[in-house]
Amino acid sequence: MTLEWVHPGLVLIAGACLLPWLRGRTKRLLMVLLPAAVLAYCIFMKPGSYGVVRFLGQELVFGRVDRLSLVFSYVFSLLALLGMVYSLHVDDDAQHVAALTYAGAALGTTFAGDFLSLFLFWELMALSAALLVWLRRQPRAVAAGFRYLLVHLFGGVCLLGGIVLYWSRTGSLTFGDMSPYAGSAAFALILLAFLLNAAVPPLGAWLPDAYPEATATGAVFLTAFTTKSAVYALIRGFAGTEILVWWGAGMAVYGVVYAVLENDARRLLAYHIISQVGYMVCGVGIGTTLALNGAAAHAFAHILYKALLFMGAGAVLQVTGLRKLGDMGGLYKTMPRTLALYMVGAFAISAVPLFSGFVSKAMIVSSAAESHRTAIFLLLTLASAGTFLHTGLKLPYYMFFGKDRGVGGHEPPTNMLVAMGAAAAACILIGVVPAVLYAQLPYPVDYAPYSIRHVVATLGLLGFTALGFFVMLTHLDPEPIISLDTDWFYRRGSSAVLAFSRGGLARVEGFVGQLYEVVVQRFVLGTAARLRQLDARVIDATAEGVGGLTQSLSRGLSVAVTGHAQHYGLIMAAGVLVAIAIAVFGW
Amino acid sequence: MTFLEKQLEDPVRFRRMKRWFYGGLAALALTEVAAPFLFYPDHGHFEFEDLPAWGSLYGFISCVVIIVVSKLLGKLWLSRPENYYDS
Repeated sequence: MTLEWVHPGLVLIAGACLLPWLRGRTKRLLMVLLPAAVLAYCIFMKPGSYGVVRFLGQELVFGRVDRLSLVFSYVFSLLALLGMVYSLHVDDDAQHVAALTYAGAALGTTFAGDFLSLFLFWELMALSAALLVWLRRQPRAVAAGFRYLLVHLFGGVCLLGGIVLYWSRTGSLTFGDMSPYAGSAAFALILLAFLLNAAVPPLGAWLPDAYPEATATGAVFLTAFTTKSAVYALIRGFAGTEILVWWGAGMAVYGVVYAVLENDARRLLAYHIISQVGYMVCGVGIGTTLALNGAAAHAFAHILYKALLFMGAGAVLQVTGLRKLGDMGGLYKTMPRTLALYMVGAFAISAVPLFSGFVSKAMIVSSAAESHRTAIFLLLTLASAGTFLHTGLKLPYYMFFGKDRGVGGHEPPTNMLVAMGAAAAACILIGVVPAVLYAQLPYPVDYAPYSIRHVVATLGLLGFTALGFFVMLTHLDPEPIISLDTDWFYRRGSSAVLAFSRGGLARVEGFVGQLYEVVVQRFVLGTAARLRQLDARVIDATAEGVGGLTQSLSRGLSVAVTGHAQHYGLIMAAGVLVAIAIAVFGW
Repeated sequence: MTFLEKQLEDPVRFRRMKRWFYGGLAALALTEVAAPFLFYPDHGHFEFEDLPAWGSLYGFISCVVIIVVSKLLGKLWLSRPENYYDS
């Protein structure tokens, strides 16, 4: 390994292990300095191939640094920094260690140039993310964490299977464009694993299942890394895979539909992660440079505004202990700063002009238009309206305005507000000066988001979505329900399997038992008894008979054995005489 | 933030705010109708984008369709009581 290059992900993980040994101000200083240093390190990193290790005859590349991995590493380390500031007040070392390890693993997948190191960090990511769910230390969270881990271990097994098939076919572990292998089992398995981590339905129900159960601060990290590192992996390996276009657009609408039905604030936001990642998956599928730039840009912008939204919902959760929209209301009086910062995130995700979502989402929607995909264009625009409807209108309306339920509440700790402020500033900066983001994208950008047509049409879309919201407000009141998603199959479907094993399978088992009794006990044991009789009568008797015969024969012979030499000589002489008689008279 | 509180709690101010909202929407739609004649003579990628006030129209339709379809899906198929998975 080249000594001049240190893996930024390992820096985070190693630094995380130091945290439990420190106290007070030193610890908090390290919590902020560590991701800040890693961010600065990533910014100054030059493209190239670092950390090349030969292992079992394979070349592992831990540091593939190019424009694509760099832009993701910037936003991952920036989010690690914001997330650590947001959780400075939390007195739980385990959470900090898990969060930093998680961020480090995400950086590891981003810089992995081969499948084996990718797999390594992929699994570490799943484990540390499950920890962030478990560390809420409530029975629901523990159960959700286990489900999360099981789903991701399944994905990991798919990935490993795909890697082994890929390796046996090519003899190499290099992770690059997979399109030459389209149609092979390796291609399908690796794509499946990536799509699972990107929370693409029907494989994505783990996301709204687990994220709302995580700790208030842990959820901020969760929103960023797993799905977006999967988007990175998809851009790297599966750009231009046609099926992703439709899958992504469907996913964008799917998240919006579920968000209508949702009552849990963070679960609603979780469904909007699925919706937003749908745009990115769609962009990867379209595969033009504009679309791929758009997917990367949207991932960048999305990580910041979605973290901001989860920070807002997390602040409300932390202060009031409430998670259901139906229980909240009137918080704008006591948490105005949280409201203002949340709204910046809401405007950014809704792609309001001058906020970050506007300049990134537009690239993907425009690329759909430029490749003349009418239905995709309409679906993505519809999902845009839906995003504003929920994240920009429904959630803030019921959380901060609506009926005042006398929840009380107050502003969250300063460090939370500072982190939210920084994220909000980034959202506005990217929206106002898109060149800041565009300059970092993997391909040269020739795109102007602020055309009069685009701005006016977007404002019209959003304004009349708001009109629709207020017209239909009475139908949108949160209801105390949950909606089924594909996690049903392993939450209730498995109990159906259990019921089957108790009912149907038990009956089969009883039948097999009876059959066993009839066949084995009656037939086999009967045969055995008969064989034993045969053994006793025939074989034993034969053996005894042979023994008796030998005994009587030897008794008869023993008469002849007298021990006198003259008797033996007589017998020998008689024998010789008989032999001579046969020789003379026989022939 | 007493300003926001006043705006929302005082019925007179609230009604005024509502009027501003509807006025703003009307202005938006009109701008969208007029903008092609004033600013950009070229056509959009798709023909439907040249419909008068396309963005506003599609926004309103999308919003209504999303709410109605999702609520129907929920009522007919997806909704369960909150303790569904606990039992």
